[in-house]
Amino acid sequence: MSEANLVLFKNIHIQGQNTLAVAQQQGAYKRMEKALGMSGEEIIQEVKSAGLRGRGGAGFPAGLKWSFIPKDDPRPKYLVCNADEGEPGTCKDRDLMRFDPHLLIEGMIIAGYAVNSKQGYIYIRGEFYREAEVLEAAVAEAYAANLLGKNILGKGVDFDLAVHRGAGAYVCGEESALLNSLEGEKGQPRLKPPFPANVGLYGCPTVINNVETLCAVPAILEKGGAWYSKLGVEKSSGTKLFSVSGHVNKPGNYEVELGIPLKSLINDYAGGVRGGWENLKGVIPGGSSTPVLIPEQCETILMSYEALAGAGSMLGAGSVIVMDKSTCIVKAIARLSKFYRHESCGQCTPCREGTGWLAQIMDRIETGQGREGDIDLLLSVCSNIQGKTICALGDAAAMPVVGAIRHFRDEFEYHVKHGRCMVD
Amino acid sequence: MSEIAPAAKPAFSQEALKKVETIYNRYPADKRQSALLPVLDLAQREFGGWLSRASMDYVAELMGLAPIRVYEVATFYTMYNLKPVGKHHVQVCTNISCWLCGSDGIGEAVKQRLEIEYGQTTEDGNFTLSEVECLGACVNAPMFQINDDYYENLTPETAVKIIDELANKA
Repeated sequence: MSEANLVLFKNIHIQGQNTLAVAQQQGAYKRMEKALGMSGEEIIQEVKSAGLRGRGGAGFPAGLKWSFIPKDDPRPKYLVCNADEGEPGTCKDRDLMRFDPHLLIEGMIIAGYAVNSKQGYIYIRGEFYREAEVLEAAVAEAYAANLLGKNILGKGVDFDLAVHRGAGAYVCGEESALLNSLEGEKGQPRLKPPFPANVGLYGCPTVINNVETLCAVPAILEKGGAWYSKLGVEKSSGTKLFSVSGHVNKPGNYEVELGIPLKSLINDYAGGVRGGWENLKGVIPGGSSTPVLIPEQCETILMSYEALAGAGSMLGAGSVIVMDKSTCIVKAIARLSKFYRHESCGQCTPCREGTGWLAQIMDRIETGQGREGDIDLLLSVCSNIQGKTICALGDAAAMPVVGAIRHFRDEFEYHVKHGRCMVD
Repeated sequence: MSEIAPAAKPAFSQEALKKVETIYNRYPADKRQSALLPVLDLAQREFGGWLSRASMDYVAELMGLAPIRVYEVATFYTMYNLKPVGKHHVQVCTNISCWLCGSDGIGEAVKQRLEIEYGQTTEDGNFTLSEVECLGACVNAPMFQINDDYYENLTPETAVKIIDELANKA
């Protein structure tokens, strides 16, 4: 892990890093200057060769996404930073924004230049009010230093950037819902295709990247795509921020290379499981929508996109939620079902009705009112949601339920049969 | 939609109107509706921490939008309060990471201290207590938000202490 902590969190612990003066002492905007001397195509090639994949959860290659923006199109192009961090367990982007906002701004200027965008927006979840203040102050500083605006540093490049606060809707983390929200509408997802690269904000070509993705860009420009691609493992290159929360001794956001063993992440970085490794019950590896892993899997699993998919789960946003043996898995999943019911936008019937069913059935099992056949009913409801909705929120609601029943069916059955938890 | 009407017809101060102009400037001139979320947030701050029907109508008129466009947005997002809230809005996160780390105890301690349940406001109008979904501070769980500020790594004792300090200031 020698070169981890050199990409995203390199300067995060430096006092005053949120100010332009301190950030520039650490080299901020030097990478941008370099980038503005390159062609957009060269930058995209560098990011492609880095193998950088979107850090918001889907893992789509960033350089490839940028290359989808049509070149000879007279419409304005937009760059939107998805800072609507809201998946339970996820809180990494918040640290990047509040402690190193200029890193994000620099990444956005480079990305904007690469795709010929002259206007960027940072869509930040509304609850992050103080973080939005920090970003706005950093944006104002960047404007005053001609790092944003017209003719940046006399290089003939224009790029404007604005911070836009959301208002408390998890679904707005879905990129097309985010665009609707940014246009002043209800944050309901759009049918795709057309994809935002062609029809995005205001019907124009739009790139949407997560905060963490954009923050990785300056280092890639500085040290090269080849250097970045050597970090991590094949197909999952680079470093990743993991938010480790729940029953660990040292919860926190940790930057490590992708492909690190989960056990090492928990033991060597997050201080180990409360009560020792033997006390581990399960780990949700990538945020609330990703299916839970059992201890046998946690012994050997690597934190890469491929390894977690192979284990029937997902890397997601890298949000590792650790549960020790005191946890009632039924109650944990019931809590998540309540969340998805609350956050369904109501547009698609399978999701609107299905998330309500899931929450209701999970709640009655958890409170000892479970009926015979409820577990199969849950699976049936899940199969009627999955793949049948406009966006992935329905899938996100179903996956943790299916995953928990796969591994902990006996606990669900005990709940139904005895009307109480086997953990109590 | 709330039945409670404010005492006077709402209108932005000159200062707030200047802020509205700043907000408009972030978006293309012909895409003014993009400013709706931030302008509603401003209205909530200007008009006592919540959005009455009259406040929404005012925003609609100000922005040249049909009132329904404003209502549907105001009712979609959880951060717009459609009924009055206390001076301090205590929002306790009880989602998974906070729950694993003891948010039940935080909620109970605050309920006991304020003598109200989730969804209620103290009689003096000083505090409203809400249960909310993930606030994105999971590695510093358990936590709550009061107005614009996060309070993290709470214990029942520190949670009550924070409430006491605000109560004494009020």
